[in-house]
Amino acid sequence: MTATVAEPWVGRPIKRKEDPRLIMGRARYVDDINVTGQLWATFVRSPEAHAKILSIDTSAAREYPGVRAVFTGHDLDLAAPLPMAWVPPGIEVNNPPHWALAKDEVHHVGDPVALVIGDDRYAVVDAAAQVFVDYDPLPVVTDVEAALTDGSPLVHEELGTNRCHEWSLGGGDLEAGFAAADVIVERRVVNHRTAGGAIEPRGVLADYRAGALTLTSSTQVPHFLRLFLALQLGISEDRVRAIAPEVGGGFGSKLQIYGEEIALAWASRKLERPIKWIETRSEGLLTTHHGRDQVAYVRVGATRDGKITAFHTKIIADLGAYLMLLTPTIPSLGAFVMSGVYDIPAVQTDIVGVFTNKISTDAIRGAGRPEATHMIEVCIDQLAAELGMDRLELRRRNFIDPASFPHETAIGVVYDSGNYAGALDKLLEHFDADAERAAAPAGKLRGIGYSTYTEICGLAPSRVTGPSGFGLQTGLWESAMVRVHITGAVTVYTGTSPHGQGLETTMAQIVADKLGTSPENVEVIHGDTATGPQGLGTYGSRSTAVGGESVARATDKVADKARRIVAHQLEAAVDDIEVIGGRFAVKGSPDKGMTIGEIAGAAYIPENLPEDMEPGLEELAFYDPSNFVFPFGAHACVVDVDPETGNVDVVRYVAVDDCGPAINPKLIAGQVHGGIVHAIGQALFEQIHYNEDGQLVTGTFADYALPSAADVPSFELDRTETPSPVNSLGVKGVGEAGTIAATPAVLNAVVDALRPLGVGYMNMPLSSMRIWETIQEAKS
Amino acid sequence: MAGPVRVSMTVNGTQQSADVEPRLLLVHFLRETLGLTGTHVGCDTSNCGACTVHLNGEAVKSCTLLAAQADGAEITTIEGMGQEGALHPLQEAFWEHHGLQCGYCTPGMIMASADLLSRNPHPTEGEVREALAGNLCRCTGYHNIVKAVLAAAEA
Repeated sequence: MTATVAEPWVGRPIKRKEDPRLIMGRARYVDDINVTGQLWATFVRSPEAHAKILSIDTSAAREYPGVRAVFTGHDLDLAAPLPMAWVPPGIEVNNPPHWALAKDEVHHVGDPVALVIGDDRYAVVDAAAQVFVDYDPLPVVTDVEAALTDGSPLVHEELGTNRCHEWSLGGGDLEAGFAAADVIVERRVVNHRTAGGAIEPRGVLADYRAGALTLTSSTQVPHFLRLFLALQLGISEDRVRAIAPEVGGGFGSKLQIYGEEIALAWASRKLERPIKWIETRSEGLLTTHHGRDQVAYVRVGATRDGKITAFHTKIIADLGAYLMLLTPTIPSLGAFVMSGVYDIPAVQTDIVGVFTNKISTDAIRGAGRPEATHMIEVCIDQLAAELGMDRLELRRRNFIDPASFPHETAIGVVYDSGNYAGALDKLLEHFDADAERAAAPAGKLRGIGYSTYTEICGLAPSRVTGPSGFGLQTGLWESAMVRVHITGAVTVYTGTSPHGQGLETTMAQIVADKLGTSPENVEVIHGDTATGPQGLGTYGSRSTAVGGESVARATDKVADKARRIVAHQLEAAVDDIEVIGGRFAVKGSPDKGMTIGEIAGAAYIPENLPEDMEPGLEELAFYDPSNFVFPFGAHACVVDVDPETGNVDVVRYVAVDDCGPAINPKLIAGQVHGGIVHAIGQALFEQIHYNEDGQLVTGTFADYALPSAADVPSFELDRTETPSPVNSLGVKGVGEAGTIAATPAVLNAVVDALRPLGVGYMNMPLSSMRIWETIQEAKS
Repeated sequence: MAGPVRVSMTVNGTQQSADVEPRLLLVHFLRETLGLTGTHVGCDTSNCGACTVHLNGEAVKSCTLLAAQADGAEITTIEGMGQEGALHPLQEAFWEHHGLQCGYCTPGMIMASADLLSRNPHPTEGEVREALAGNLCRCTGYHNIVKAVLAAAEA
């Protein structure tokens, strides 16, 4: 055999390993799993946004045929309220108790008050209608700014305020920055409430037997779930197994410890029966945490020649009724990148978190960074208009110098690498604004919008985010175990918990190159705390930059051992063994080598191993990154607005993104496509709307308008590749980038379209009605 | 409550009969009575299309029909579309063009796409997008789904 230098697997757009089971309908999501003796559960939920519970009559429900038990809040003898794990550093937060079932008072529509368990999926729903709750309604507040005014109804009377916390992050001399400005633009930027919208609703199957709990849940964080189940139920963690089976999307909405998970585990222990609950969509829109929901007062100052001198943001963040896992810190994540891709000498973000009678907000795809990017990218267009300067020229004058990386921003965050002008230049290779304008159809108002962005991801360096740093009560390292079987087949165990990202493929590509094998021979196992090492899950665009790097490191350890075995058996120097042509071969003598299968055979039948070497071929690595990673890019959006109807068509969307060297370009493009549409959805269609009584108006998919295929165009994507110095792969995250980048591109395009009519600014959502009204106001 | 009703239908070429609650949804009959869990439920208002199957050759949302309404019908689910080594061209195209991520909407997308291609074997991009407007996907942004359907049409 002649050894040749094979094309590496890393960088190839190979088809996904995940797909056969998914396209054949053979995957197993929570609701596809049933166990012998299983009961069904449903929750009785409050129709009141705020009320005292005077009484709950469960007698009729208990008598309903097939019902096994009905539990209310006081039945659940749990050790603690539901967890909240992240308080911004240096402050106290008001944290009202949040129970898996409300005890004496409900604080939002959908707050669960009773749990009905029975033999049949349909019967428990019938029985739940027989639970009679006597509520004494209390005053309701849903408007976040109204909630801060004196005399507002209080969500939690005992706190005496709706204010949860205040927190600031700044750097540089803000006062001097504004004093040096010739122009100051101020805008009220609204980033309205949205839903995660994973197409698989949540679901839980709790199975407690013989002192041990197995809980299968549609979650992004099985390891956190195991920890909190153990703490809440008082079971030793080693007796708890959490499983994330196939998970049908998350987008942050399944980065949570939900009351339903805790309540089902408790009830399964109580009844000694497995119990399943599957969320309905309308239930999910009421009770699966929402995202965004900020009102921000933004001030940006600049000199006449377009140098930004100061950027100040006051964010009023609607947290909803309770603090869930990460609720109070989500707005703070945006503060890290508030100045975006610009070199601004003075930056300050002031945040006030506010309770309202709605379900909590928490992480939804981007979590704080879409809001920050939206503010700066919308305001830079506003500033350009004020200065009479080209929008891209203004951006270029303020881009961070590519020679200055790693670049410390005014607030002390160190961006790892970037070339923002490079991404913009690449975008303009594909995009000719003059040609776009010239091609505008008659009767339509054509607008062009841009967004140049960076974001902070790859969560996270534990010393920065941890308890003595940014206040998260955990580390954020990741782990991997790589096991080469005696045949040379490879199993990888990752602590991440992918749910659509394609990490089984991405990680297999990383491993295949290092072991001289093919991704087909590498199986990636995830989402089960009983297999593999401790891990932390999938969110924050961390799974390749942190999880993938831990896989790379564990594989490097395996490869090191393999090299030593080969060197020993072939009587060569360890340093002379390299992976080439699918083998571990001796440098300069490529015919002399061993395949990973031959090496594994030698490792598991240890007749001829180096002195003191343990048999076997598997390794474990934990990796805690030294910094975050900072993907970036430039997006352009073209819209046609119909001035008669206010309807917006996104007619063209071009995006250049940089997430470092691509491992699988096909999967990266998929992440960007999905992210952009998620953002277009928010910009144009989606809005969680509560009326003033706290009733959720957009409570079904008929009212909460996820974009469909007919609402969006195809996309034109390109990439630049600027490696990150943070990890050995050079990679950055990409799961959230599209969502972070795209809302301002859409909004800037719509405002650009309306500018000839005298409209200078408007907020999302850019519904036809709102645009039409804005046009009418501008006319009059 | 009314007593059970007898329903019979041909599912993926196999005759199936069962006594079911009159209100049993077709999707629950397929998933729970027959164990064909490839058909999914993603909403309760017929918007998401994850439950799309073929009834007498046409795409229907199986969450919006009672099992009893499908009595006597021929049903095809994702499990009837192709097998390992003999995938349906749409399954091949979704795989090849990365037309899925989490996979939850995928069976419905494939069934809706097959319905389109049976009526219109060579659709335009716009026709594909209109035909799939009743099937929601949160992961892919539809770009690669549309690409896959167009590729399957040419396969």
